[in-house]
Order: sequence, then structure tokens, then C-alpha cells
Amino acid sequence: MTGQTIAEKILSAKAGRRVYAGEVVVASVDGCMASDTTAPLAIEAFEAMGGTLPFDPSRTFLAIDHASPAPNERIAALHRGMRQFAERTGCVLFDAGEGIAHQLLVERGHVTPGQLFIGADSHTCTYGAVTAFATGVGSTDLGAVMFTGKIWLRAPQTLRVILEGRLDPTVSAKDLTLALVGQVGLAGATYCAVQIEGETLADLTLSDRMTLANMAVEMGAKTALIVPDHLPVPEGIDTASLYPDPGAVYAKTLRIDARSVRQKVSLPHAPDRVVAIEEVVGTPITYAFVGTCVNGRLADLREAARILRGRHIAPGVRLLIAPASREVFLHALENGAVRTLTEAGATFLPAGCGPCVGTHLGVPGDDETVVSTGNRNFRGRMGNPRANVYLGSAATVAAAALEGRIVDPAPYLAEALS
Amino acid sequence: MRRVGDAHVYGDDVDTDRIIAGKYTKTLDRSVLAAHVLEDLDPTFRQRLVEGDILFGGHNFGCGSSREQAAIALSSAGVGAVVAKSFARIFFRNAINIGLPVVVAPDLEAETGDTLEVDLGTGEVRNLTRRTTHAVSALPPVMRAILRAGGLVPYMRRTGGYPELPSEDSA
Repeated sequence: MTGQTIAEKILSAKAGRRVYAGEVVVASVDGCMASDTTAPLAIEAFEAMGGTLPFDPSRTFLAIDHASPAPNERIAALHRGMRQFAERTGCVLFDAGEGIAHQLLVERGHVTPGQLFIGADSHTCTYGAVTAFATGVGSTDLGAVMFTGKIWLRAPQTLRVILEGRLDPTVSAKDLTLALVGQVGLAGATYCAVQIEGETLADLTLSDRMTLANMAVEMGAKTALIVPDHLPVPEGIDTASLYPDPGAVYAKTLRIDARSVRQKVSLPHAPDRVVAIEEVVGTPITYAFVGTCVNGRLADLREAARILRGRHIAPGVRLLIAPASREVFLHALENGAVRTLTEAGATFLPAGCGPCVGTHLGVPGDDETVVSTGNRNFRGRMGNPRANVYLGSAATVAAAALEGRIVDPAPYLAEALS
Repeated sequence: MRRVGDAHVYGDDVDTDRIIAGKYTKTLDRSVLAAHVLEDLDPTFRQRLVEGDILFGGHNFGCGSSREQAAIALSSAGVGAVVAKSFARIFFRNAINIGLPVVVAPDLEAETGDTLEVDLGTGEVRNLTRRTTHAVSALPPVMRAILRAGGLVPYMRRTGGYPELPSEDSA
């Protein structure tokens, strides 16, 4: 019998038969989510299908995270509709201020290894950090998942990524992620599962792995699956199912030498326009943002605080920080990062997606240059098509805020770590 | 299913943020989505669009955000079909799910203003201005069934769930 990739193993378990890449399956879903961008349409579709109660309300998660708290009465009405639906059906609601759905689902243990999770948000692939087959869909597909507890999928081919060597201590998981996205390209993994393994994982925390898995969709991938090496697997889960078989067939294998990865940024207006930071050193910026489902976690806030401790951001620069969850904010309060960053001139925003998607607070002005820890910088992404957005790590963003221009954060981090 | 219309041609990597910006997506009012479709990519598109016109994109059309509002905005504005060299996967599913024909035609050549014909019955797209015919990639049977039903909502109303897939799917 031919060996299987992790994606093939999980889909086989959920479809009830042995499947390989290319086959279309109807698979049972372990959980689903939608945000305030996608849930109102998903609920409308679900009800139009004839649905009254979702397949499993305790496994149906609705998050008010994209435009939260509501900036106007139109969006307030959509939020109200989500609350009413959750109240009526018993779905789990993450209300405004709790945080980003992707962070909450992992942080609170709602997603576990080996699950099939469907989200009406493209960054659902983040849960590959815990070796779950998680993929983004649109609202009507999500409505059908709520209605049936199932989804049809084509079992994806797998792009195997082997990470070799250890990362330099001044290099962030975001730099490694951007290196991968730059190499594969915006459509280089379309329809594929990106399976990630290798010795570099020894240094990558759950938070780091969420960063890595999150941007799989920026390569067009259906899902990311990181093997659980060096992370505990909850009791009762068959660990063998979370690793590929030796004879598994791959569309392509890519080796990345982590030792040689240095600080990276994505240039406007595409996340795969990745360059070494040296190429843009000196670029003036006026707006710095730390947050989002890719880099709004405690580790990111600490990284920014390490650089800004005892210092102040440059005149004419504003630094906005949106923690990925209330829990992240609480931990950052306890360890002093909130105080350090606030004293340095940062403004804290409510836990949630913040300015990433350009729906409410923190829209950049015309011709403004932004450096952000986000995952997308398409034209208009942050709400203004005349702004330029660079993407980088929390260290890169903090160092840019400090100097008012893009600089290599490595010397600052090396100093803080010494 | 057959659609004939004039082409509006765009390049590679047209992302869903540019099809409909995030600031307009928080609504159930289709007319709002239609009013702002492709606004940042081509400010004149909305005025030039004639009901039934066909969008022709390059590679990776519809990449980025999963927002179904992108497909809805195009459909509500009157776009009859989207043809592209290749699509990002979520947009492709979304379009089929709302009954908007999407066709992969890697070899098609067309300029804005050429008249295109999409014929899902014969699996061809024709450039009527240049008199060329191109084969299109076949949809999996489950997608054909959803599109034939007019989208995933009418499909689910009829079937009540995903029936056993046709045998060619599980081959």
C-alpha cells in the first residue's frame, strides 16, 4: 500500500476510506468558524438551505473580531444578528474584545491535532500549527458545513518543506515565514497542503508555528500541516496519524536552510514580494502596527518591548498594537510589556484584527508608509489604496517605529538578548 | 450553460481585496457590493460594465481573503462569467457556490472589448472577435452539479446534504 502524507491521513480518517491526492471526498468536519465579515452571509445561506440548528452548536464558533467593537450602526446590526443567532442555537460566540478567532480556537484548545476544521476565513490554515487539517472557505460553503457537518474536498497534493538547521536568535519566525512565502510565491502552493518538518522545529514554539502556518494561504495553499515534533500531543490522540508515512508521495520537496535566514520584509503591494531588509533600510515610515493572527501574540509584544524598553518612538510616528486576544493582553500586562510599550509611545487597541483589514480604526492616510506585522499588504488592504504597506516581524516594526525608518532590528535584539 | 459578453481583461494575482475592499464587505446588501466592485483596480469598470460582460483574468485570480463578497459583488454588478488562466481555490469555490460560472482557460488570448462566449456544455470558450476556440478545464462532477442547481443553496435545498458522490469522483 502506498504511504500517505499527513493531509491524506487526516482526510482518510474523516472520509471513512483510504484516500490519496486528487480524489474528491465528502468528509466529516470536527468544527467550523466564521467571523463578522463572513458569518452574516453564512447564517443567511444556512437558513436559506432550510437549516435551523447547526450540525453541532458546541463546535460552531462565531467570532466578532474583524470590525470590533462596531464602528457604525450598519456593522452593529450585523454583530447583533450574530449574537442573536448564537443565543438561539447555542453556538459558541467570541464577542468583541475577546480576540481573533484563530488565536482563541488554538489558545483555548478548541482545535486539536488530527481534526478537520473549516473556517470562513482564509487564515484558518493557522491551526496547522497543531497538525489539524484546517482550511478556509467562503460563507455559503460554511453555511453548508453548518447544515450538514460535512464538506466536499479534493484531497490535496503536498508540498513538503524541510527546515534545516537552527534559526539565529535575532531572527524571528516571521522572517523564516517570509523567506518561505518569497521562495514559493503567491500561487506556488495553490490547492496544495504545505507539510512542514525538520530540525528547526526544535526551536519553534506553538506561537512561532502559528506564524508559519498562518501564511500558507499567502502561497495559495489549502492547508498547512506542521508535524508535532517537540510539542506535547494531547492524550488519546494517535501520534502516528500526525506524521507522514515513509513512502508518501509529494508534488515537490523544498529544503530551507534556517541558518542562513536573516531579517526579511514584504514590499508593497504583495506578501510574496520578499526582500532582505538591507534592500529597504532607510525607507521613512510614519505608521507602525503590531498585531493580527500572524503576529499579535505575547512573543511578538515581548519582542517589540525588548527593543523599545527605556526608549521612545520617533517624532511623527505612531505605533498601534492590537493583542491577538484578551489573554495575550493580560499576560503582556503581567510581564510589563504593556507598560514598556505604552511608555515608549505605543497606543493599545482592543484585542482583535485591528487595522489589518481596513474596516475601522487605524486607516492610513494618503501616501503614508506603514510597516506592519500583518500577513497581507495588497493595495487598499488597510483601507486606503494610496498607502504603502511593508510586512515584517514585530522586531522589524518596533525598530522602524524607534527610528522613523526601516532598519535592521538585529543589533537592537542582540543588545537586548546579551 | 452558455454566456456571451464583452471581455474586461486584467492581469495576474487580482486579489479579493481589490475585487471588493474590506471596508465594503460588512453588509448583506448586494447593491452596496455591486457599487464598489473592482473600485481600486479599475475605477471605470463599474461605468463600462454591461450586463452579461465577461471578466478575463490572468493567473491566480481571486487570491487572498476568503470573502465571498468578491464573487457576489461581480455577480450582483452583472458579470456573466469569469474566465482566467488560473484561479485561487477559495474564490473558485465561492463563485460556483453562488452560481457564477468560472472557467479555467490557460490558452485563451483576448483584449478588453473582444466578445467572448463561454459554453459549459461543450467545455469551450470562444473569442468571437478573433474567431478562436479554446478548451477549458473540466469541473469535478460535484461542482458541475452545484452550478447546474444554480448554487450551493438551491443544491442543498434539493438534496438536503451531500449525496454519495458520482463514481467518477472516487475513481
